[in-house]
Amino acid sequence: MCIRANRNQPDDVKRRMADCAAGEDSATAKEVFKQLLENIDLAAETGLALCQDCGLAVFFVEVGQDARVEGDLNEAINEGVRQGYQEGYLRKSACDPFTRKNTGDNTPAVVHYDIVPGDKLRIAFMAKGGGAENMSRVTMLAPAEGWEGIKKFVLTRVAESRSNPCPPIIIGIGIGGTFEHSAKLAKKALLRKLDDVNPDPDLAAKEAELLGLVNALGIGPMGLGGKTTALGLKMLVSPCHIASLPLAVNIQCHSSRHEEVEL
Amino acid sequence: MATYELTAPLSDADARKLRSGDIVYLSGTIYTARDAAHKKLNDMLDAGEKLPIDLQGAVIYYVGPTPPPPGYVIGSAGPTTSYRMDSFAPRLHSLGAKGSIGKGIRNDAVKKSLKDYGAVYFGATGGAGALLSVCIKEAEVVAFPEMGPEALRRLKVERLPLLVINDSVGGELYVQPDLKAVGL
Ligand code: SF4
Repeated sequence: MCIRANRNQPDDVKRRMADCAAGEDSATAKEVFKQLLENIDLAAETGLALCQDCGLAVFFVEVGQDARVEGDLNEAINEGVRQGYQEGYLRKSACDPFTRKNTGDNTPAVVHYDIVPGDKLRIAFMAKGGGAENMSRVTMLAPAEGWEGIKKFVLTRVAESRSNPCPPIIIGIGIGGTFEHSAKLAKKALLRKLDDVNPDPDLAAKEAELLGLVNALGIGPMGLGGKTTALGLKMLVSPCHIASLPLAVNIQCHSSRHEEVEL
Repeated sequence: MATYELTAPLSDADARKLRSGDIVYLSGTIYTARDAAHKKLNDMLDAGEKLPIDLQGAVIYYVGPTPPPPGYVIGSAGPTTSYRMDSFAPRLHSLGAKGSIGKGIRNDAVKKSLKDYGAVYFGATGGAGALLSVCIKEAEVVAFPEMGPEALRRLKVERLPLLVINDSVGGELYVQPDLKAVGL
């Protein structure tokens, strides 16, 4: 799973990149897209990783409440990361926050569990690179700031990030819940397919509006100018405290590597 | 905007003739270093120690590659975000380094040091690690092997595709976000 994700760009992302490339006027933007699309083909052909930053290993695991798991699920996930990053010649980027010493095998993975109805186990993996992750932020807005405040924060964040997170980016936005829950929602939003449309028409309109504004910033591929600053923008929303408006913006680079399996 | 075929180490004249927006296919010898190796180099300079590399004309590539699969000299090898090296770059330029390769914006101190010492900042396409890897023909760890992907490597490259982002006369290629267009 880790190996496949690091070598194969998801189809929806690749398609969106090809579409956006065709819509660009600037020669530089077109050239960046050309290199990125070539890179995707080359990685799939050669088995070289799409990007040298193979990320921290992040998992969203949905455990069906009737599923029976034998043994230590958490250890199994970490063992999978250990083997995948070793056997796939992937870079191990996990280190101690103070000493900066590399843990050597890209563990521990960051694993989020949810209990859901049913007897299945659904595991989503994402390889989350540091460059784009570093540009992400959580804030606690005042409720009165509302949608205008949300837009302003997201746009300011993208504008300040400029070329750092390897645009064209994908933006995951978590709104509501608590401080940490908004961040989890933002990350989970990045697992949505780029071509899906939010089932809530109001949210779908908000996503489209904000994506349009982000692209009006003109940062473009690699920050060199162009129409495509973001390939997509996805929101997940949850009720929050009457006193708060938590907002998380999780930035994902074009190298949006993720995979899902259901067991 | 011109296109050049250049060889590293870079001569002073080569570095100074480049302008933001120029395309450079770089061949020759370059070095890799990122966060940890920069800190170590800086500590060595503080301690008055001799560096493990010759900085004259040196081009430093901010990259932490993946391990090489069988049959390859190096794995995926695209640029990392450069601002984390901003506090170290001016010192290296003052000691003769003529260029760095990365992605993302540099601070004013770095841009000033490019002017002061006639150096350039190149951008490589972030996330094109496989594509850039095939331009690397030899790779050898020359210092700090304990740093793993962050070790200091000597690379022989052939026609590495680069863009001049910041030049030695204050040029800048990254666009300013259009804040007015979005009412900010
Ligand atoms: S931001 Fe993404 S594409 Fe860019 S170097 Fe990091 S992981 Fe790779």
